Amino acid sequence: MFKYLPLVFKNSLRNRRRSLLTISSIAASMCLLGVLFALYSALFLSEPKAEDALRLITYHKVSLGQALPGSYEGKLRQVPGVKAVTVYQWFGGTYKDARDQRNFFARFGVEPARLFEIRPDYQLPPDQKQMFLTSRTAAIASRKLAAKFGWQPGEKIPLTGDIFPVKLELTLAGIFDAPNTDEVLYFNHEYLREGLTGDRKDQVGSFWLLADSEASARTIPSAIDKSFDNAPEPTKTETESAFTLQFLSFLGNLKLFLVAICAAVTFTILLVSGNTMAMSVRERIREVGILKTLGYTNGAILGIVLGEAAFISLIGGIVGLLLAGGLMSVVRQGAAGFAQLQQMGLTPGFSMLCLGFAVAIGVLSSVVPAANASRTNILDALRNAG
Amino acid sequence: MKLPLSYNLRNLAVRKTSTIMTALGVAMTVAVLLADLALVNGLRQAFQSTGDARNLLVLRKGGTSELNSGVTRQQYQDIKFKPGIARNDKGEPMASLEIVTIVSLKSSDTGNNSNIMVRGLTQTGVDMRTIKIAEGRWFAQGQREIVVGSGTAKRYPDARLGKQMRFGKGYWTVVGIMDAGSSAANSEIWGDLNQIASDFNRDNGLSVVLVRATDDATVSALMNSLNDDIKLNMSARSEREYYDQQTISGAPVQYLGILVAVIMAIGSSFAAMNTMYASVARRAKEIGTLRVLGFSKGSIMISFLIESLLLAGIGGIIGCLLVIPLNNVTTGIGSFISFSEISFNFKVGPRVMLNGLLFALFMGAIGGLFPARQAANKEILSSLRDV
Repeated sequence: MFKYLPLVFKNSLRNRRRSLLTISSIAASMCLLGVLFALYSALFLSEPKAEDALRLITYHKVSLGQALPGSYEGKLRQVPGVKAVTVYQWFGGTYKDARDQRNFFARFGVEPARLFEIRPDYQLPPDQKQMFLTSRTAAIASRKLAAKFGWQPGEKIPLTGDIFPVKLELTLAGIFDAPNTDEVLYFNHEYLREGLTGDRKDQVGSFWLLADSEASARTIPSAIDKSFDNAPEPTKTETESAFTLQFLSFLGNLKLFLVAICAAVTFTILLVSGNTMAMSVRERIREVGILKTLGYTNGAILGIVLGEAAFISLIGGIVGLLLAGGLMSVVRQGAAGFAQLQQMGLTPGFSMLCLGFAVAIGVLSSVVPAANASRTNILDALRNAG
Repeated sequence: MKLPLSYNLRNLAVRKTSTIMTALGVAMTVAVLLADLALVNGLRQAFQSTGDARNLLVLRKGGTSELNSGVTRQQYQDIKFKPGIARNDKGEPMASLEIVTIVSLKSSDTGNNSNIMVRGLTQTGVDMRTIKIAEGRWFAQGQREIVVGSGTAKRYPDARLGKQMRFGKGYWTVVGIMDAGSSAANSEIWGDLNQIASDFNRDNGLSVVLVRATDDATVSALMNSLNDDIKLNMSARSEREYYDQQTISGAPVQYLGILVAVIMAIGSSFAAMNTMYASVARRAKEIGTLRVLGFSKGSIMISFLIESLLLAGIGGIIGCLLVIPLNNVTTGIGSFISFSEISFNFKVGPRVMLNGLLFALFMGAIGGLFPARQAANKEILSSLRDV
């Protein structure tokens, strides 16, 4: 088989323009396929990192828009396996001017001391941390958020509530670093509570939990939800990654979209590669006749044609993957909010899989033209004028 | 002198394998683009057919959506008696106090939970909208009964006629399915205002007031009088505009789809180019003969360009045919304004198809340009000598 490699190589270089066009075409499609595969596996197949898998969120079973009684916190803490709990209150509101999309970022009211139990990976200088723990109006921002607005510790951050009829005058106590963290601001939930009256004072949108082990992270959700099943305010508990995935459903039935597009792209590659091979075989019928006269077997001819298709697809696949790598880094920067998307990338295993896929498509698409070539009758082939 | 079109058509027919393969490649690309456009088109129709031009939606000042707005019963009383509000046949002002909240339902096609909007309103509110009951009946005042939009009923098995749904403080019976045309109410659940408000502990924390102006001329006067009332502290906007804005929810999917289609188009253009180059190479002798017969370089170039456009055009038509089954398929997308899901139908209209066809022709033009130029510039003598 390998002794035919030079022949395969020479053949694919013969009509350079055609090979180049085919490679470009396959590269464009493989680039797309690579990104879509990576997206699919990052969203639906990847296992969250061990420390991320321990974080859970509890909210009202009916919907996120409905609040839970603040008294649930104590009960949640007593559930076996729960290591830490904090109030995790989404604060919509506006910063400066709501019309400018740039001014939108996530703001959560939390219990400062508990926050650091749940997120030990948040790194910030001890004096800044101390400030956040002790000052009622203090807030901390992720590095990314602070960089966006050019905030320094001491910055005044006014937030006008919409869900809550309050105005918060926050002071930035510190800026924390953490891997894969988007634009987020945390402030003391106690400060928000003070501004509320009546029922709303003791209501909480959601709770953020940390499990002591992965095994408990699996059992905690049903343990919690079962215990509140008959309460007036039933709960829903799930891992943080399952929770974020829910927001993806905002984009519609993403799974189906991705599968449908992948299928369309794969089919297109099959057509392009198959068409190219059919064209080159048709032009070379005479040559096949000569090869056969020289003693090449049907199998060898089949192998040479299939090999050429595989070679061209492989090159197209490599170029496509390199493009996909570039495109993915753009996506990663653009969608920093989804931790899952941060895992998207060209791992060696994934690249091999994509290249294997490209070669397989190439070979599959050229089966018919290759079989035709190998079965040609010598006399007919030599008589063929091309 | 122009070459007849039949020359190109016959050429495409002779090399049918190559023609079909290239056209199918173009068709796939067009189909992806069209599916995306049909989705956005359907979403736009859903939002744009919602609302009456004379209706004003009154939200809390600073509130950006019905969901984060708030209004008390006292404020409602103040709004209700503003001058310029139309009255119904019973002589009551057409001002509907409503509560809006969301519940989470399990979808039959994704298996995930999605947020669905629940609206509590009175008979006045129902009368202010042109919505028919498709099955069953309207909910009764003071009962734990709900009516579900047809889009939501289709996608969520739990929300079908006769089923019981649990939210708020207990179970609710689905007594009717409403047909709201393609408007946003198709993805909502409606029930009695007071029942829903008390279930969510919001007896005095309602969401919005919908008012109808007496005629088109009083709309802006009414809007101003609501906005300028400092004591009231509410803001009024046109109901139509409010829904129009939400069309933006489809933007992420729209851009993603267009990006995919453009990348696929690059691939398809290269493939078309390949096919056309091969076609030119194989017909070298023919081109030489045509030139000897007196056909000009220009007419040969145009002929090959037309052939490429035909090839892509066939692909475009196949692409259009491929997406037709998608027409009126119901799907859902989340609105970041209302924070809940909007059900709508894919709409494959003539305009969408025209776009697809133009897109295909564009690919054909790109793919055919260079091969056509090459064909036109062939040396007559050497091409005739060509075997």
